[in-house]
Amino acid sequence: MLRLLSQQLRLNERDLHASVFGPGKDSKTDTSTTQTDGSSFNASMQTSPASMINQYKFEEEEEDADTKDIFVTVDNPESHVTAIETYITYRVETKTTRSEFDSSEFEVRRRYQDFLWLKGRLEEAHPTLIVHPLPEKFVMKGMVERFNEDFIETRRRALHKFLNKIAEHPIFSSSEDFKIFLTAGSGELTSHKKQGPGFLSRMGETVKAVAAAVRGVRNRPQEFTDMQEYAEAFSQKISSLDKVTQRIVREQKEYLEELKECGPTYALWSQSEQELAEPLKNVAGCVDNCCKETEEQVKHLNDHLIPVLHEYVLCADTLKAVLRRRDNIQADFEGKTEALATKKADRDADSKVLSLAWDSLVGRSPEEVKQQKQQKLKGEIKEMRDELDKAEDRLEWANNALKTDWTRWQKVMRTDLRSAFIDTAERNVSYYEKCLAVWESFLQSQRTDAEGNGNVDSS
Amino acid sequence: QFLGGLGFVMVEKGTSLLKMMEISVAEAEKRTGKNAVNMQETYTVYLIETRPVDAASEGTNPVPDSLWRRYSEFELLRNYLLVTYPFSVVPPLPEKRAEFVWHKLSADNMDPDFVERRRVGLENFLLRVASHPDLSSDKIFYSFLTEENGWKETVFETGFQAKADSRLKALNATFRVKNPDKRFAEMKHYGDELQSVISQLLRVRARAADRLYGVYKVHGNYGRVFSEWSAIEKEMGDGLQSAGHHMDAYAASVDDILEEEEHYADQLKEYLFYADALRAVCRKHELTQYELEMAAQDLTSKKQQREELATGTIRTFSLKGMTSKLFGQETPEQREAKVKMLETQIEEGEELVKERNTECEEFVKSAWVDIERFKEQKDHDLREALISYAIMQISMCKKGIQVWNNAKECFSKM
Repeated sequence: MLRLLSQQLRLNERDLHASVFGPGKDSKTDTSTTQTDGSSFNASMQTSPASMINQYKFEEEEEDADTKDIFVTVDNPESHVTAIETYITYRVETKTTRSEFDSSEFEVRRRYQDFLWLKGRLEEAHPTLIVHPLPEKFVMKGMVERFNEDFIETRRRALHKFLNKIAEHPIFSSSEDFKIFLTAGSGELTSHKKQGPGFLSRMGETVKAVAAAVRGVRNRPQEFTDMQEYAEAFSQKISSLDKVTQRIVREQKEYLEELKECGPTYALWSQSEQELAEPLKNVAGCVDNCCKETEEQVKHLNDHLIPVLHEYVLCADTLKAVLRRRDNIQADFEGKTEALATKKADRDADSKVLSLAWDSLVGRSPEEVKQQKQQKLKGEIKEMRDELDKAEDRLEWANNALKTDWTRWQKVMRTDLRSAFIDTAERNVSYYEKCLAVWESFLQSQRTDAEGNGNVDSS
Repeated sequence: QFLGGLGFVMVEKGTSLLKMMEISVAEAEKRTGKNAVNMQETYTVYLIETRPVDAASEGTNPVPDSLWRRYSEFELLRNYLLVTYPFSVVPPLPEKRAEFVWHKLSADNMDPDFVERRRVGLENFLLRVASHPDLSSDKIFYSFLTEENGWKETVFETGFQAKADSRLKALNATFRVKNPDKRFAEMKHYGDELQSVISQLLRVRARAADRLYGVYKVHGNYGRVFSEWSAIEKEMGDGLQSAGHHMDAYAASVDDILEEEEHYADQLKEYLFYADALRAVCRKHELTQYELEMAAQDLTSKKQQREELATGTIRTFSLKGMTSKLFGQETPEQREAKVKMLETQIEEGEELVKERNTECEEFVKSAWVDIERFKEQKDHDLREALISYAIMQISMCKKGIQVWNNAKECFSKM
């Protein structure tokens, strides 16, 4: 289902694009101006049978996680200082076996803005598909420094995940914008970026979207209402988990602060003792070791579980946004349906007293006027009907795309969160195992001591 | 060997009382009654049970003798022992009020957990006294264990209070010894250090316990959220739900863990208070030494006065001397009387010095024996305590491993 749909999706992407963002290339009427965005459609618009088969195979392989064929790495952050600003770029390295790439290895440098651009392009092209979130632009609370080491590292990891999620997505991975992002030199990228729809057409898009949102959707199918409820609930739960985990990290850190004073106290005590000096020093060492393990464990939580939970908090927002956009598409369709019905009612209306009166004033015969009017209405109705048909198609594709990607997203979410929790559980087990070993070695040393001294304790 | 409630009391072979009888503090109960100023008060009493050792080993297992005592009576007993055996490191009582508490632990004396820990501490106290080579044979101690009525009167009849008061006054006064005994000075210093370091350890430990409690309890929130989340998921639901249960179990496990740690804290506290008892012995030795020095000093001055009177030279200043200078010399008869008085005083003084010297020597001998005994006991007990602490940590780690392995399995089913 996914495969077929992806194919069909590619063929009708521009229509989808059009419904939300204004008219673009129209395969049926071919009247509108060419999209000049060097679009994401090009790669998928190859209609030769061979390339179609290629894509078909692609999707099959993509379903199998082991045969991923684009590998992206984000690393090596570097600071750049110009007269106007300071910013960070990251090295993006790509290794791929895909045929549409000119080579099998690429290396470019990208900054956060570039990632934002890519995300925007993907969302524009596929309004009802779920794009994995980017790390936030600004950090909420806590850190102020954009150039703080930890912040940069956290962001780097998130950017790395973002690109890999795109690479793993059956549709996004074939996006031309994605390819350019991965391969183009900075000059090429800049000029490509400029090829987007102009400012005015963007304004038009936004106005349309707002109008659709204001109009609201009348008959939302139950399944999408269910999805919305799920998105709400999921958002709450995942936010709670994020908060709980952050609280755990805080408490662990405070525990660590106190524990750090225990070891030295035992060491201090050992200085006043003779027989007890050795076991006390030993205990001090054990406590200090446990401190180190606790520190590692906290770091792991911070570096692994929290970022994943945070990503999915952002994902939840994406889900809600995608559902809103779908609603807008439906609202647009419903609006056009209403408008057509009104126009038809106009046509079927018997007479227009006022207008006929006016027309007679300007010297035209009633019959003539009526004829003209009917012709005009007929034309308008045909246009509206065509528009309505397109809107209907758009809606159908939007709904199907969303449903399919929703299912896909749920699988990915399940995998991601499952492995994050398993990872955390394993880490905790490892933490306790290490501490256990520390204390067992202490016991061992005391036993051999006791045997050495000739007293065997009944402990 | 009879092991005490906490399992770490070392009993020496050949101790008198414990060879004869089993002692335990079996129960605690709340009572209300009128106190000294005729006001209603609530207090706790503890049931002391004793049973002859032979009876138990014969297998007949008779009902133990028992009586009820309250904490203040234990205090009275201990004060008596302190005064009567000043050279002994007298075992301490469990704390009067809960100190070094972390937030969940109640500071209320009526709290059942506190009462229970105190019961154990009181039993430990009795077992320590009963296994002490000197204290265990004390009659007042014996009657404390066996005679419910009239025991208080018996104690007061010994007149230890008077001795206690004068000793107390002397101990609280500041005095300096001219030739301090190096060993006792070192012991006192050690007592100071021990008290300081154990206090610090107890404080740090209490704070860490507080924090650990927080860490575990917050995991309970995972349980709640997993459960709520599982309700909206289809495939993930079961795995999440069961993982949530393990998180709840994890959160709940901290209560037992910290209760066990309280036992460890109690073991440390006993030696915190023992440090005090050790210092008390050193202080009492100082006092004995000081009194000896005072007596010797007094004797020397009296001897000097006699010499002056005999030779007629005034080397030491005396008021009498001055007044006689001012108001005229004394008659030969008066001088004769004075010399006689001095001779008596010198005789008495020499007796006193001899007495005090013996006292001091005996004190030093007995005290040092008990201090050595105490040192061995302390080294053994604290080592055992550290071992039991390690065992507790291991147990905690094992629980953690189990819970998180279980959770991992549940997560795998998500």
